[in-house]
Amino acid sequence: MSELPKARIATASLAGCFGCHMAILDIDERLIELMQLVEVDRSPLTDKKRFTQRCDIGIIEGGCCNEENVHVLHDFRRNCDVLIALGQCAIMGGLPAMRNAIMHSDAPLRECLDEAYITGKYIRNTTHNVPNDPALPLLLDEVYPCSQVVEIDYQIPGCAPSGDIIFDTLSKLLTGKFRGFERDMIKFD
Amino acid sequence: MDNGQKTGNGISTAICGTAPVSAEEIDAICAQFGNDKHRMLDILREVQDRYRCIAPATMDHIAAATGLTRIEVEGVASFYSFLSLTPKGRVTIRLCDDIVDRFSGLSEVACAFEDELGLKVGETSNDGAFSLEYTPCIGMCDQAPAAMVNDIVLTKLTPETARSAAQALKAGRSPEQLISDRFEALTPSERALHMVDNNIRHAGEVLLGPVPEDAGLAKAATITPTQIISAIEESGLRGCGGAGFTTGRKWRFAASERAEKHFVICNADEGEPGTFKDRVLLTERPHLLIEGMTIAARAVGAREGILYLRGEYVYLRELLLQVLEERRWRGLLGKDILGVKGFDFDIRLQLGAGAYICGEEGALISSCEGLPGEPKTRPPFPVNRGYLGYPTVVNNVETFCHAARILDKGAAWFNAMGMEGSHGTKLFSVCGDCLNPGIYELPYGHTVWELLAMVGGEDAAAVQVGGPSGTMIARDSFHRKLTFDDLATGGAIIVFNGERNVLEIVEYYMSFFVHESCGYCTPCRVGNVFLQKAIQKFRKGLANPEDIDYLKDLSGTIIETSRCGLGMTSPNPVLTTLKNFPLVYSAVIKPSKDGIRDTFDIQSAIDGARKIAKRRSYIFDKDFTQ
Amino acid sequence: MSGTKKETGFTFTIDGVEITAYAGQTIMEAADEAGVYIPRLCDHEGLRHQGSCRVCTVKAGGRSVAACTQPAAPGQAVENETPRLTKMRRDLVEMLFHEGNHLCPICEASGNCELQAMAYRLDMTEATRFPYLEPCRALDASHPDIALDTNRCISCGRCIRASQDVDGKGIFGYVGRGIHRRVAVNGENLADTDAEVTDHAISAEVCPVGCIIRKRVGFAVPIGEREFDHGLIGHDIEEKRK
Repeated sequence: MSELPKARIATASLAGCFGCHMAILDIDERLIELMQLVEVDRSPLTDKKRFTQRCDIGIIEGGCCNEENVHVLHDFRRNCDVLIALGQCAIMGGLPAMRNAIMHSDAPLRECLDEAYITGKYIRNTTHNVPNDPALPLLLDEVYPCSQVVEIDYQIPGCAPSGDIIFDTLSKLLTGKFRGFERDMIKFD
Repeated sequence: MDNGQKTGNGISTAICGTAPVSAEEIDAICAQFGNDKHRMLDILREVQDRYRCIAPATMDHIAAATGLTRIEVEGVASFYSFLSLTPKGRVTIRLCDDIVDRFSGLSEVACAFEDELGLKVGETSNDGAFSLEYTPCIGMCDQAPAAMVNDIVLTKLTPETARSAAQALKAGRSPEQLISDRFEALTPSERALHMVDNNIRHAGEVLLGPVPEDAGLAKAATITPTQIISAIEESGLRGCGGAGFTTGRKWRFAASERAEKHFVICNADEGEPGTFKDRVLLTERPHLLIEGMTIAARAVGAREGILYLRGEYVYLRELLLQVLEERRWRGLLGKDILGVKGFDFDIRLQLGAGAYICGEEGALISSCEGLPGEPKTRPPFPVNRGYLGYPTVVNNVETFCHAARILDKGAAWFNAMGMEGSHGTKLFSVCGDCLNPGIYELPYGHTVWELLAMVGGEDAAAVQVGGPSGTMIARDSFHRKLTFDDLATGGAIIVFNGERNVLEIVEYYMSFFVHESCGYCTPCRVGNVFLQKAIQKFRKGLANPEDIDYLKDLSGTIIETSRCGLGMTSPNPVLTTLKNFPLVYSAVIKPSKDGIRDTFDIQSAIDGARKIAKRRSYIFDKDFTQ
Repeated sequence: MSGTKKETGFTFTIDGVEITAYAGQTIMEAADEAGVYIPRLCDHEGLRHQGSCRVCTVKAGGRSVAACTQPAAPGQAVENETPRLTKMRRDLVEMLFHEGNHLCPICEASGNCELQAMAYRLDMTEATRFPYLEPCRALDASHPDIALDTNRCISCGRCIRASQDVDGKGIFGYVGRGIHRRVAVNGENLADTDAEVTDHAISAEVCPVGCIIRKRVGFAVPIGEREFDHGLIGHDIEEKRK
């Protein structure tokens, strides 16, 4: 086992809740088994902010709701051979994409920000301003699934995906045995 | 009205002073149609005409009078384009928004109306005087751009004539006065001819040449129903509406069905964009049509018939009613026709209200029954169980006219014309980029080249045969023949020169199908929207190479899983242009670079936020500090 | 079974399996009795057949037909679970997902939802090529016991038929045309109708998705322990064959 070069994996959380990353930890003790096969490069799990070298697999949680998400996703696509969308947000926008459906006015983004920071019923914001620090990335007009921004090779469904489906898919991909999901593992919730 | 989708098509939001709904008047309208729920379309048309809208309170009232629930009434009222749940103007101007009209200066005409009326297309004026809207093909493509102004038709519009029409209407002249100052004094036939040119360019032997009056019917009255059907079968006549089913077989099936009643319905819901040949027959040969229907009635044993006229042809209503009345008076309709004991048949005119799908025979029957124009589940077929559950023959206008001529001149005469499998003559309605648009009656079997030479369209780059649901061909296919087995058409021949953008045409046709899908089944309701959006991506230069396969793939699913002919043919504009104009697509696709989709436009995605934040992107704008 | 009179049946095949049918039976009715599952969404036991979702599309006699409305024919070879049909069914299910707002993670029907379960059965796991239409229709929470979120409606019309034919009420109906066609209520809102939470039309089995919501019972059964968490949709029918 240890003679094989380990696969390099990178992960990122875009417009998600970090739940899918938590779900990676749901692999539990099998993580040890998985770590025999992989080395983690850029990832919040290692706190590495940049790619140290090209990776075999990139795992993306969350869709794209702002320019920084797009930038990171581009970076992952350029630096990873295989890109996996992990969880419903990466696959189809998920909860953040709820704003797409309610944004049908003439100035949807403005309305959305006003609702979130000023006019919303439960908002306590004494400045009555929408935060606008230069360091804040600009929001996109809507929330995009990853597959609309870059080519995605695999999608692992779930909100969050179970530790089982993540482990099963990754270990099969790493050993070239992935032929699709077991039906009883497919869940969108 | 909440229409729930981004793809809304300009529903008027203007609130005008609604005329007070008089319960007595609504009752009277319902009573006029026997409080019969099957006459719902007539009731609602009448209410729409009187109140300019069908308000919720009115629907409650109509429901009570006809024994339905309000939601059932609303289901009908909200289905047809010419009925409206919000108030429309006293004068409603419907600009024909066909691709041929667009290529003939529609936008300038629309601007002239907008400017003169102070309205945008899709709006109703605050005083309730005017509504301005678009409507799909109204069957005037040989004299585009055209418009309906209430029940009258204006053709060959220019910005100048549009302006003067709008000014006259604003000055209080009636739509009828736009046609003639002495409109009232004109006969129905004169009125029609004042409004619309028939443009008969080539009269053939069967329909548009000299036709003796009721000779076919006289013959039919002397022979048995079985002999009539045999004659039609021997002639090889096939349905002229587009599908081409053998007419004799259809009649035989209906005749052999034992039932208390049989019905004969004429499909004059000529909605396929670019088709206007039935309009010309209805104007020029209305007696021949009724004669054909009467012969069919004798053949299948029907005592009642319906002439279903598309709402866009409402200007022909008076003409047709007069023809029916005259024939009753002459003993050609009604009891003991031509003195033959028991040969009873009469026809009612059913007006549509703006729905292409009603050209589908099941949907047409639904519409006659006062329902939304949704196709019926097959089996049973209409010949077995059609209108109100009775065996029903539905044929196109041209088919009935042919049948009458076959009875007169004999099956062999008809069979000898045309080609094997495609006998007789066919009316072609030619429009678009050619010198002589109009009607050509020709035997089946001419090549597209031959037809183009006749119409003065030899420099065509593309010809749409059979309208959007047909085939778009390029010059390398102009040798193909106009027959059922090669290039089938219900009549439409639309000529496009090399200046025209094929993708623009395809996108227009897809938007037409999106507008006209009844929405009953998933693939047609949703899939056509996806196809239209995909074509939009191509037009914007935002399509990937894989999108070509996606178009084919999605089209395949729509065709194979749709419930009726609309969905089974709606992807044709996409598929036939992919096949015959492949370069048009491959020229605009954008391959991904390193797996990054060039089709995702980050600049437009952040533009709104840039404006709100009043700063530039530190990632995607090089000069972000400015 | 079709009636008490013992008619003589005939046989046909579905994917090579011999099925017995009686005159007047649809392909789906005969298949259900024989324990062969044909995927469907708009069809529901005890309600009129509608044939609108097209998920039950099968190949019979070389033609694509809706198994729920197509009469079975003697000797016919029907194709059901071929790769091509499964692909088209997946397209249809995906169309329904994209036509409405189907965010499974926030939907209280998740796990009991037939649309979702059909996506599982048909392996809807690849990156989508369809756009999202994202409707924005107002929620109808006017009724004390029932709420409607028609953004999740898949236009199956089961509630319409259940209310008309079983409850004898006619609370629901279709309005509009084309992509704007949708299910609406017989009045200004649901409270304006005579709908009751005990209606068959309102019951959990009739609405296949999370559109008709019975108030105050949403999460009585936790996510992960719901109907389709325990078995693939259609397994109840398929078990008849075992």
